[in-house]
Amino acid sequence: MYDIIIVGSGPGGLTAGIYASRSRMKTLMLTSQVNPSLITTTDIVENYPGFPGGISGYELIERFTKQAGMFGLETVEDDVVSLERASRDSKDIWRVKTGKGSYDALAVILATGTGYARLNVPGESEYTGKGVSYCATCDGPFYRDVPVAVVGGGNTAVQEALFLTRFASRVTIIHRRDRLRASRILQERAAAHEKIDFAWNSVVEEILGETLVKAVRISDVEDPSKKRTLEVEGVFVFTGYIPNTAFVRDVVECDESGYVIVDGEMKTSAPGIFACGDCTRKLLRQVITACGDGATAAFAAEQYVQDLKGNAYGAWALS
Amino acid sequence: MAEGTFVENPDYPIELNDDTLDQAINKYPFLVVDCWAEWCGPCRMLGPVIESLAKKHQGDIVFAKIDVDKNRETASRYGIRSIPNLLVFKDGVKAGDIVGAMPEDKLLERINALRG
Repeated sequence: MYDIIIVGSGPGGLTAGIYASRSRMKTLMLTSQVNPSLITTTDIVENYPGFPGGISGYELIERFTKQAGMFGLETVEDDVVSLERASRDSKDIWRVKTGKGSYDALAVILATGTGYARLNVPGESEYTGKGVSYCATCDGPFYRDVPVAVVGGGNTAVQEALFLTRFASRVTIIHRRDRLRASRILQERAAAHEKIDFAWNSVVEEILGETLVKAVRISDVEDPSKKRTLEVEGVFVFTGYIPNTAFVRDVVECDESGYVIVDGEMKTSAPGIFACGDCTRKLLRQVITACGDGATAAFAAEQYVQDLKGNAYGAWALS
Repeated sequence: MAEGTFVENPDYPIELNDDTLDQAINKYPFLVVDCWAEWCGPCRMLGPVIESLAKKHQGDIVFAKIDVDKNRETASRYGIRSIPNLLVFKDGVKAGDIVGAMPEDKLLERINALRG
């Protein structure tokens, strides 16, 4: 029986882990093997304070993990299947069920993050891993001296496009609007880069190939009869995110896109369940905001646990 | 690595390169080759899963790993465009590949499905 179980091991979950372990809460972190934290696939993080030269997302997570380990955080690699209310020693607890077993805790912190959305066009599943990719840092080096396309216009799309210029002969950013949504500094870098060009007001209709990707067919947003085929060997998709919250949507209140709704103390609609980081409904999904959420979630969860323990002993009830 | 230096029943993933891959494919009746690279975060997560499977299935499935950044011939020969990528060989012939990181039990299921 744990005081707190943290589901997810990205910046939010690990910060919660550091705070909870350091508060001597009996804490377990469940690490997903299916949905690794997206920051681990980010080539460089430039806006996390303390690293003026930038740091790779993977290295940042390694540092977080090491720091949490120093305070004794226990970690198990296991994917959560469900979360249920249960009773143990006359206390209301949460039972976290995974592929391998089940774990009980007084409080749960959801830090499950998001995954990349798919385009849902013909050829996409067929060529996933054969030219269609959702991770430029994993797959970029396989595209040395060949043309590639990046789909999307947000921060991730533009940052990954810039990363891909190290390898590819040309990077075409396919975006459904006539300008990028990415931050200004990334926009400026992309516009100035000789290897990057743009297919504005365009959407992907189909990914074409033969064993491996050979081309992508795009159409004009305003006039879909206007079609073009770009010869590319890689299509990198960064059009949006889907929160990894499928297993909790009946347990805690989520918005229409599936993001967990939390208050300022990172409490969800269910007592004893807290959430932090990218899986929550919020304005800005960044490492720094996930960390802030994680610290708050751990503190709020600790208070909840202490209350519960106090109540259970009777005499120390706080209210 | 010279012929005959491969371990008979390794309980760990053996290391291969462009020159030794074919020998391994011909030697082991059921071989799973983990194609990885230093710069791939998900690959590093899959590493311990492969090590655990190699230990549990010693004598049944042989696991190997090859750094495809340093061994580009293998990457291009097998059309590898995404890693982690597991190449599965049965009786010296490629039976299929598995792309992406996944939990141990699911990975074993996919590997066994390629056994035919």
